[in-house]
Amino acid sequence: MISFVINNENVSFEGVEDTPLLWVLRDHFKLKGTKFGCGIGSCGACMVHIDGQARKSCTTRISSVAGRQVTTIEGLAPSSTQLHPVQQAWIAEDVPQCGYCQTGQIMAAVDLLKEIPKPSDSDIARKMKNICRCGTYVRIRRAVHRAAELMAEES
Amino acid sequence: MSARYIRDEKTIDQGRRRFLIGGLTAGGGFLLGIPSIHLLAQDSAETGAGQIGFFVEIKADNSVTIGVAQPEIGQGVRTAMPMLVAEELDVEWSSVRVEQMPLGIIKTADGYAWKYGGQGAGGSTSVTDNWEFLREVGATARLMLIQAAAEYWKVSSDSCHTEPGMVVCDSLGARLSYSDVAAAAAKLPVPEEKPTLKDPAQFRIIGKPANVVDAREIVTGQARYGIDTDVAGMRYAVIQRCPYLDGGVESFDDSKARKIPGVVDVFKIEGPGAGEPYLILASGVAVVATSTWAALQGRKALDIKWSKGPHTGESTASFWKQTEQLLEGSGQIVRDDGGFDEAMKQADQVVQARYEIPFVNHAPLEPQNCYASVEKDKAHIIAPTQMPSGANRAVAAVTGLPRENIQVEMTRVGGGFGRRLTNDYVAEAAMISLKIGGPVKLQWSREDDVQHDFYRPSGMHEVKAGLDGDGNITAWTQRLASASKYYRRPNVPPEEQFGAELYVDDFPAGFIDNFRLEWLMVQSGVPRGSWRAPAHTANAFVIQSFLDEVAHATGKDPLQLRLDLYGENRDLPYSNHGGPTFNPWRLSRLLQHIAGQVDYGKSRTGGRGLGIASHFTFGGYGAHAVEVQVSKTGELTIERIVAAVDCGLAVNPRGVEAQLEGGTIDGLSTALNLEITVQDGQIVQSNFHDYPLLRMAQLPAVIETHVLPYGGIPTGMGEMGLPSLAPALTNAIFNACGVRIRKLPIRDQLKQAMI
Repeated sequence: MISFVINNENVSFEGVEDTPLLWVLRDHFKLKGTKFGCGIGSCGACMVHIDGQARKSCTTRISSVAGRQVTTIEGLAPSSTQLHPVQQAWIAEDVPQCGYCQTGQIMAAVDLLKEIPKPSDSDIARKMKNICRCGTYVRIRRAVHRAAELMAEES
Repeated sequence: MSARYIRDEKTIDQGRRRFLIGGLTAGGGFLLGIPSIHLLAQDSAETGAGQIGFFVEIKADNSVTIGVAQPEIGQGVRTAMPMLVAEELDVEWSSVRVEQMPLGIIKTADGYAWKYGGQGAGGSTSVTDNWEFLREVGATARLMLIQAAAEYWKVSSDSCHTEPGMVVCDSLGARLSYSDVAAAAAKLPVPEEKPTLKDPAQFRIIGKPANVVDAREIVTGQARYGIDTDVAGMRYAVIQRCPYLDGGVESFDDSKARKIPGVVDVFKIEGPGAGEPYLILASGVAVVATSTWAALQGRKALDIKWSKGPHTGESTASFWKQTEQLLEGSGQIVRDDGGFDEAMKQADQVVQARYEIPFVNHAPLEPQNCYASVEKDKAHIIAPTQMPSGANRAVAAVTGLPRENIQVEMTRVGGGFGRRLTNDYVAEAAMISLKIGGPVKLQWSREDDVQHDFYRPSGMHEVKAGLDGDGNITAWTQRLASASKYYRRPNVPPEEQFGAELYVDDFPAGFIDNFRLEWLMVQSGVPRGSWRAPAHTANAFVIQSFLDEVAHATGKDPLQLRLDLYGENRDLPYSNHGGPTFNPWRLSRLLQHIAGQVDYGKSRTGGRGLGIASHFTFGGYGAHAVEVQVSKTGELTIERIVAAVDCGLAVNPRGVEAQLEGGTIDGLSTALNLEITVQDGQIVQSNFHDYPLLRMAQLPAVIETHVLPYGGIPTGMGEMGLPSLAPALTNAIFNACGVRIRKLPIRDQLKQAMI
């Protein structure tokens, strides 16, 4: 049995130890906001935070998560009425088209802004590696800048 | 939506285009539907045909729910379509909630009918087809609400008007909210005549930028896609499909697979025979389990012996060899104006070039998946699909169930791009559910999606122009050897296969007196289908590249050459999809606009270059200007892209900009790096490591979008932002360094050319 924390809640999983975290989140804990895109850690649709760092859940074995804190998109907002600044910026810049990759993009952006609170375009190009098949990159770039401003105002 | 229809059979008149339904919802709200009957339209796999349906519900809190019949694939219909209803209904846009309607199939004495009209998402048709109709829906509902209020007040309807969400009677100084009169309005007969629609100058919602309606659900992970379907008791399934085109399962050993914890069943799936229409793409072995991971692990443990099928000799090299051999001979003449041969003999100068377009994969980010529950007398499907009627038909073909007993629900779709116009994955899910006798969710992996697709067709184009002594084009031919998209499509005879490859009325047809289009059929086992802006992606690249080659050969300016050819402001007949007319001057208007943006006449040095291109796609007009820098070692830097579109009237300008941006980036991603190749009768690529979609790091520093409304009827926007990008880019490369790219993708051709 593997015990860990998802979105501040203690949980345990009794299935096969090499199951990727992605499928444990989706099939077992029914947290559907973390998406499956490639299964090889390439596209980033499955991005979550483990102990506060962005990780691709499709290539993270559940056994490696024992005792650690997992945050998914469902646990990102501070409360049900208040969104995270990155989520707010994503809405304000009207980023999504099909929307499928956006939860992973948002988790990547939160990680980027933690490391670089005021990123340049080239920081964004270097750190935001997730694929958006609809091509919303221009708006993602704008939203990351807006989120940086929102977070600077908050702090 | 929990509302139920109260259907008045007497109002149905099969001879009319529409019938009206008014009624009360279970919750007492007002509900109005004006569905249409059109039996054939839904069975067109090409486009969602021109019929629509809708659903308006006014709730007790005065909020409004508007149903949308077409699936949301990222093209923005969930926002744009309800805006049309809300405008005429006269409600605050912020009070509107949107719900996806399921497939509305009903059986009538005359056959199958579509309660909500055509529900496909393809061909950029949704907004155009529903432009009048959805506004009439809103306007009719508004009239009924006014009438109900007037009857309550015992005044004439003429003395009442509406303000957003309110009926107002000035003479009484009285106001009633829509929710106050909704129940009474629902009991009124639906007005017979067409309502008067607003003067566009009065629009409050149409033409104003609106955000994606479910942005909050998307950014919080609450939006539900097909892959998120989770029904108690369902099994999870994957299929190992034969990697050989038209190959099969000779034998398989599942003993190891069955030992994987969670695996409950393994069996063979029979695909189509070589050359037969595709219900599914390939034969394979299905693994059914209690979780996705168990199914994937079970699949990995299978030991399958494949029969290699009839195409083991096929490779990308053999494909190109075949196109070259075909172009040495002659093909099917599909348009022949004037006297081409004679005009070519008379020409003072001849310009000629060949261009190569690769197969490409759709690669929507949500891999194919489908929930299916097939029972003895009915079936329930939940799928991310662009063509729900096709999903229904596919399940009927698998199960033999009557179509009206097959319920199809559409989820939000994680990208379409034409891939989900075909419902092979729905048929597969139904096959598995039928076999196990219970509900199942079929999941494709990324490898499944890259290796098994209805790829965008590949082909080699030869273009030749004859010029007179002044450099005027007197004769033109485009000869295309390609593998048609209509391959294995039932009801398309060989002589009509060209229709998906060459659009006979596309520019420059009709602009050059001596003009010929010729098509040559390439034999290939690669499945093909509709890929965003289908053949326009190939033809725009070819025609707009070749115009620059003519300009270069004659010393003319590429912009002026286009302006001269497009000519004055006039409507020309256009028989292909997006017609009935084409006004080439609207392309000139876009080109002049973007030329101004990029300071067209400026001299560019230091390996810098500018390219332009324009194209008419499905009723909409698009143009791109691209500024590049090419280093001496062939490093390409895209410094700036200016994209412009004229979609008539922009219903949601912010959504139009999004589609233009997305189309531009899709065009860029595909032109730079994307290609599907074949070796020994198998697809070579398998995931994003060798099918490298564009990422943020490759994004040009500047991408500007310009929406230039023209008025009139809005066109769709899903596709027209894409075709002119690739030729504008390669024209810019030529302008920068003199290397003409005639083969897509561009990849490392520049580096090789610069050695």
